[in-house]
Amino acid sequence: MVASARHPVLAVRDLARSFGPVRALRGVEFTLDAGEVLAIFGPNGAGKTTLLRILAGLLRPERGAVLLGGEPAVRADARQRRRVGLISHASFLYDGLTASENLEFYGRLYGVGDPRARALAALEAVGLAERATTIAGTMSRGMLQRLAIARALLHDPDIVLLDEPFTGLDQAAAGALRRQLVRLREERRTVVLVTHNLDEGLELATHTAIQVAGRFVECAPKDGDAADYRRRYAEATAAHG
Amino acid sequence: MTEIESVERSLRLSRALTLAGLALLAAVYVRALAFTQVEATQGPAQKIFYVHVPSAWVAFLAFGVVGVCSVFYLIFKEPRLDRFAASSAEVGVVFTTAVLLTGPIWAKPIWGAWWTWDARLSSTLFLWFLYFAYLVLRTAVREPGQRARYSAVLGILGALLVPFIHLSVKMFRTLHPQPVVLNPDGPTLPGSMLATLLFSLAVMTILYAGLVWHRYAQAERDEARAMRVADDAR
Amino acid sequence: MGEVLRHALTIAGKDLRLEFRSRTAFLSALVFTALVLAIFQFARDPTAVSTADLAPGILWITFTFAALLGLNRAFGLERENRALDGLLLSPASRTALYLGKLLANLVFVGAVEAIALPLFAIFFNMPVLRVLGPLVAVIALATVGFVAVGTLMSSIAVNTRFAELMLPVLMLPFLMPPVTSAVQATARIFAGRPFSETVGWLRLLVAYDVTFLVVCILVFEHTIEE
Repeated sequence: MVASARHPVLAVRDLARSFGPVRALRGVEFTLDAGEVLAIFGPNGAGKTTLLRILAGLLRPERGAVLLGGEPAVRADARQRRRVGLISHASFLYDGLTASENLEFYGRLYGVGDPRARALAALEAVGLAERATTIAGTMSRGMLQRLAIARALLHDPDIVLLDEPFTGLDQAAAGALRRQLVRLREERRTVVLVTHNLDEGLELATHTAIQVAGRFVECAPKDGDAADYRRRYAEATAAHG
Repeated sequence: MTEIESVERSLRLSRALTLAGLALLAAVYVRALAFTQVEATQGPAQKIFYVHVPSAWVAFLAFGVVGVCSVFYLIFKEPRLDRFAASSAEVGVVFTTAVLLTGPIWAKPIWGAWWTWDARLSSTLFLWFLYFAYLVLRTAVREPGQRARYSAVLGILGALLVPFIHLSVKMFRTLHPQPVVLNPDGPTLPGSMLATLLFSLAVMTILYAGLVWHRYAQAERDEARAMRVADDAR
Repeated sequence: MGEVLRHALTIAGKDLRLEFRSRTAFLSALVFTALVLAIFQFARDPTAVSTADLAPGILWITFTFAALLGLNRAFGLERENRALDGLLLSPASRTALYLGKLLANLVFVGAVEAIALPLFAIFFNMPVLRVLGPLVAVIALATVGFVAVGTLMSSIAVNTRFAELMLPVLMLPFLMPPVTSAVQATARIFAGRPFSETVGWLRLLVAYDVTFLVVCILVFEHTIEE
């Protein structure tokens, strides 16, 4: 019997990145396994979006490495691109295309089997099946967010990255998003969630981190309730902010 | 020697080199005006040739340097290469402007018109547009890494463009005096004129080197200052 | 290789579908073209200068300006929709992205040229049909050249402070060889000159196209990645 080496789904080592004189990331490390949700809290300018963009492969780190399933992340590697999904405040949707056209487009880029069928199935999963032929530019913010989620999950990624996904959502849409994220955790995907919102983040997280000035001040399995976190967050931002 | 001291030393040395270049340039003028024979058909106006032609060679050389630095920058992502390319571009545009100004000054007495769309002047005009595009692009991008990348891409494409511009203008009829130095039959200039020309070319190159070095040192100093300010703000 | 092409076609298809739906860029380019041609018609004194002398220049000025209008479209589209990251996240390679945008731009500019050419023939009474073959070849060669460079430049310009102004500034020196060659070749074609007089310009066009297509594909990733 051959024992296969078990690598964590996502491993990050000593990640650093500057923009000119601004040091956005100053050495970040963590590992995550399947079914784990890391919620990263931090003030503006802490480098959270920079971290997420490096994880997504949109930005090159100056130091350190990202490992997907034990392999170093190479941006040109199509197979690795298929493993990652990103939901950010930009929807990546085209205003002039219909909901299904948007999904079919991404389906083709990701090489999913039968893009049209997959697109319709994804629309059903987020409750937008009757909106398949609606032009994206005419949809409400809540519908667009659902469509963006459908797009991000269309290719069945096992690593899902979320950058402040609750921004600008009303109650109903936020609730729908929350349920979607819980489902991701149940499906044993690996999730990294960057958020301002301590309550939302804590509900979903299995692990948490507080990021200030480009570094993780703490990073550990979830421990304590919202009040504890608010206290630790305030301390962290006061000390390093 | 600390970083600051070394930059200050660079600034001093490059200033000295530039001043030496300027002094030598004065010597070129003296030699050209007093000690070189007057050309038969064109008369004294021809003497601007000793400034015009070497400036043109240096103007093109400067963009060649930009091109080479750009290639290496994209490979190594070393910011000093970008800084050097930018310095060469700033100095190069000055030399190019000099060519475009001395050209008409020469042309008016000889051909009776300020501007003629002849081959070599046209090439230089498009070189000027290329420098302009490069320098404007640099001012339009704020983030240093992005600015360096974009400039490098433009530098490489621009350097490749120059031979195409040459070819295009050459295929037109040209009024320009035929090449007297880069002539396949060997230089057709009499000895003393050739000597003055080569002397001027050497001086122009020294001047170019001094100016680029100085500009580079200035850029280094400015960046060191910016870094210190950013660090202090943390 | 096949996947690069497939992704490029998918991206080009998406761009063209979007453009076809809104039609704004296309219609403005068309209107602009008709306007330029009409102005040239009124700006000259037909007794002083013959049409045949001016025509090639007018044709290429028109094509060039129309192309500049359309080129910003390609990456402006992604910027508007903030969708560029979506493309970069996907398995599509940078080369596929460049080729896709290039293809869409070529179709766009080609369509404008296809409408401008008959307009030109009518306004200036030029015998275009007689020399249609060689003329279309020259138009195709020159267009590929400046659209290849233009697609790359627009990926840069779209991220700068004055994007619409930046693109013409960046493009100007690069337009000189293909437009010069195209005008010279077009003039000789209209004048019925022997092929030997045109072949030099055609060679220049081909050399330009090959050189810059290759280089643009090679450096494109540096304009897109951070």
